Amino acid sequence: MQPIIEIRGLTKTYASGFQALKGVDLDIRRGEILALLGPNGAGKTTLISIVCGIVRATSGSVTVDGHDIRRDWRAARSLIGLVPQELTTEAFESVWATVSFSRGLFGKPPNPAVIERILKDLSLWDKKDTKVMALSGGMKRRVLIAKALSHEPRILFLDEPTAGVDVELRRGMWEMIGRLRDSGVTIILTTHYIEEAEEMANSIGVISGGRIVLVEEKAALMQKLGKRQLTLQLQAPLSAIPPELADYPLTLSEGGRELVYRFDTQQERTGIAGLLRKLGDHGITYTNLRTEESSLEEIFVNLVRERA
Amino acid sequence: MNLHAIRAIYLFELARTWRTLAQSIAGPVISTSLYFVVFGAAIGGRFTSIEGVSYGAFLVPGLVMMSVLTESVSNASFGIYMPRYSGTIYELLSAPVSAFETVIGYVGAAATKSLILGTLILLTARLFVDFSIAHPVWMVAFLVLTSVTFSLLGFILGIWADGWQKLQIVPMLIVTPLAFLGGSFYSIKMLPPFWQTVTLFNPVVYLVSGFRWSFYGAADMPVALSLGMTALLLAICLAVVWWIFRTGYKLKN
Repeated sequence: MQPIIEIRGLTKTYASGFQALKGVDLDIRRGEILALLGPNGAGKTTLISIVCGIVRATSGSVTVDGHDIRRDWRAARSLIGLVPQELTTEAFESVWATVSFSRGLFGKPPNPAVIERILKDLSLWDKKDTKVMALSGGMKRRVLIAKALSHEPRILFLDEPTAGVDVELRRGMWEMIGRLRDSGVTIILTTHYIEEAEEMANSIGVISGGRIVLVEEKAALMQKLGKRQLTLQLQAPLSAIPPELADYPLTLSEGGRELVYRFDTQQERTGIAGLLRKLGDHGITYTNLRTEESSLEEIFVNLVRERA
Repeated sequence: MNLHAIRAIYLFELARTWRTLAQSIAGPVISTSLYFVVFGAAIGGRFTSIEGVSYGAFLVPGLVMMSVLTESVSNASFGIYMPRYSGTIYELLSAPVSAFETVIGYVGAAATKSLILGTLILLTARLFVDFSIAHPVWMVAFLVLTSVTFSLLGFILGIWADGWQKLQIVPMLIVTPLAFLGGSFYSIKMLPPFWQTVTLFNPVVYLVSGFRWSFYGAADMPVALSLGMTALLLAICLAVVWWIFRTGYKLKN
């Protein structure tokens, strides 16, 4: 199936000379949740802003469901809802007025039933007549989501949707995003919280220094890059790895009191049994052992560090 | 044509007017009443009539024009500057709304408000002085043309300004002086010859003159010239707005 968003050779150089995007190619599949991870200044917001029509690309092309964002901008934009990173709201308007305004702006006739459903879904119904400025930060964030959903978009961009939102509310938001995905909306979110990407996304894109470093299905990424490690706490510290164990990828840590063995999760045989036997043969005794799987966060940090 | 968007912007902006009814309508009406009391009643009695029109009646078109053009500028500039300042402009930029539709929405709402204001001032003036309108259709035409032109000017100002100071400095240092020196309170024929010539470079003179002609059938400038100059000003503002959207000036980077 044709990707819902196709980005080709996208570059952006700001007037200051800063090159925010250095040739981005990206396909976003219909109905998926793509998490864009990247350090501050990697180009996440610039990328989103170009697709949504807020920033002009220097070169390259973007199509949204087959519509070029420049030539066929009306059709392309009608499909997209955007939740910006900053809490920018019309302070003096009521929740109902500001959400209804957004629907009109995107060319849809007024439909109170749709607005009502959205506000109820986002637990904003009892606040519908409240002025936006009287709401808490978490509620304002939900108002922004309601505005983005008001015209029933097929694609939703969430630029750091849970920044500054408390843990409980974050859970609620994840559930809501899951429901949206189930209804067929394609969701692209940027985040600093690796936990968020790990929890929700089908695909992970990593962007760093204005380039897409990788795009991968989450499970495949975890498997491909995920390392497990076995840590043995030794009874007596070692000053160096004994030459008999040179075949194994071992490192010493904690001043020689810990022996760390890295192994690949994809291999059938991990080599743990053999290693433990050999240790016993050479009289190296241990008091405790533990295994760990690297999280997406570590994968991410390693990736960005490698490219830097 | 995204008619729903035009409607949304237009109603949204008018709603802002109702919300701030005291500042946006009552303020100008009260200050105009004060002008009538001070100039019309207190001082006006000492003036002889100008070209057969009593000084109080002479004041009416000028005062309406002055309020309409300053309020058009400040209202339209605020309308578009506010979303830029608060950041909510992102929504407008990402919406399937063309530049033309945006301008109709914002400028239309600002001009509508000015027309309401102009009408209210005329009604208020009727309480103080007796006046007649010789050419009502032209009167409305001048009022609409001025409201639209100066709302466009305000729109441009609201996009150009990058701070509240700039937003206020143009009305304060340019629009208000031009309005005061535009013959609202006097006939420019009362000025020394040198200042009469200088005055010819003030576009407000033509607006006030044309508007006054529609009331009393006589004015400082030929009415065709007034109309022409107003249309020229409108054309200039339209060109600047067109250029702003074409280049994305201060809207998109």
